[in-house]
Amino acid sequence: MARVVVDVVIKPEILDPQGKAILAALGRLGHPGVSSVRQGKHFELDVDDSVSDADLEQLAEQVLANPVIENWTVTRLDTAAGAAGAAGAAADGQPQSSGTTVTP
Amino acid sequence: MTARIGVITFPGTLDDVDAARAVRIAGAEPVPLWHADSELSGVDAVVIPGGFSYGDYLRAGAIAAQAPMMRAVVDAARGGMPVLGICNGFQVLCEAGLLPGALVRNAGLKFICRDQLLRVESTDTVWLSGYRAGQQIVIPMKNAEGRYVALPGDLERLEGEGLVALRYVGETVAGQGNWNGSMNDIAGIRSADGRVLGMMPHPEHAVEELTGPRAGGGVDGLAMFTAAVAALTTAVTA
Repeated sequence: MARVVVDVVIKPEILDPQGKAILAALGRLGHPGVSSVRQGKHFELDVDDSVSDADLEQLAEQVLANPVIENWTVTRLDTAAGAAGAAGAAADGQPQSSGTTVTP
Repeated sequence: MTARIGVITFPGTLDDVDAARAVRIAGAEPVPLWHADSELSGVDAVVIPGGFSYGDYLRAGAIAAQAPMMRAVVDAARGGMPVLGICNGFQVLCEAGLLPGALVRNAGLKFICRDQLLRVESTDTVWLSGYRAGQQIVIPMKNAEGRYVALPGDLERLEGEGLVALRYVGETVAGQGNWNGSMNDIAGIRSADGRVLGMMPHPEHAVEELTGPRAGGGVDGLAMFTAAVAALTTAVTA
């Protein structure tokens, strides 16, 4: 088993009105100094060893994200558990990205 | 011979009854299509109605786009079968890749429900051949994720090839047109072959005087269905 995180965020060139609303609220609520907020989605998946990195990229691209409007990252949090296809274990237990930010 | 137009129902679809009613008023036989089936039952065209398919929990239209019925519709549409996607149906068509771009949260964040003035930009589609280019029509709209966005290349292609079918216009009672913040005021787009039309406003809610929009339109949506039925009837009898 491995814990996989998929983060999805709307592309920078597309207006994110929710992020803008949050940014405005931060100012009103007394949190100055924040110049930008982008709101996205955070998926946590528990997957067994049969799920390869390629499988994860596929499910992220075809289901969790819409490549037309969103960028995403796929990160294996527990590559040391022997997950298939992981590109090396993170010895210090820190999150390790199995891929890079996808910007189709 | 009466044309047969399928109307898809996904879990969470809301406007299938109105869409079927519009099809019937236009003179065709509405054929219910169930999301989990993959058999098009020999229909001549398909309407994908509005609503919140599968709850739209992931993204609007995302799960519906991969339903068995949609796979059949995508295949048929690539073969030239006419498809009209309304509201959630437009979102489904974009998610399924039949039309470019996507529909995202309205720029003003609010759910918008109003009678909206539109301009018919392109009549080179089965669904809009009953209008004049430049004609203005009043069609109800109701959505929270109706802001059309496309990548720069896709937007250029849509404009360059005249594939923008419907645009929001400003001369409304409220004096404002593009409530969603859609790129280039886009309310609807068509495929290059004119067979597929996706639009956010709801023509099926503007087919009868009794229930149509109040702002002087009434039945402005009916011509979408009658034109398609006429084209299909010609094709069916030919």
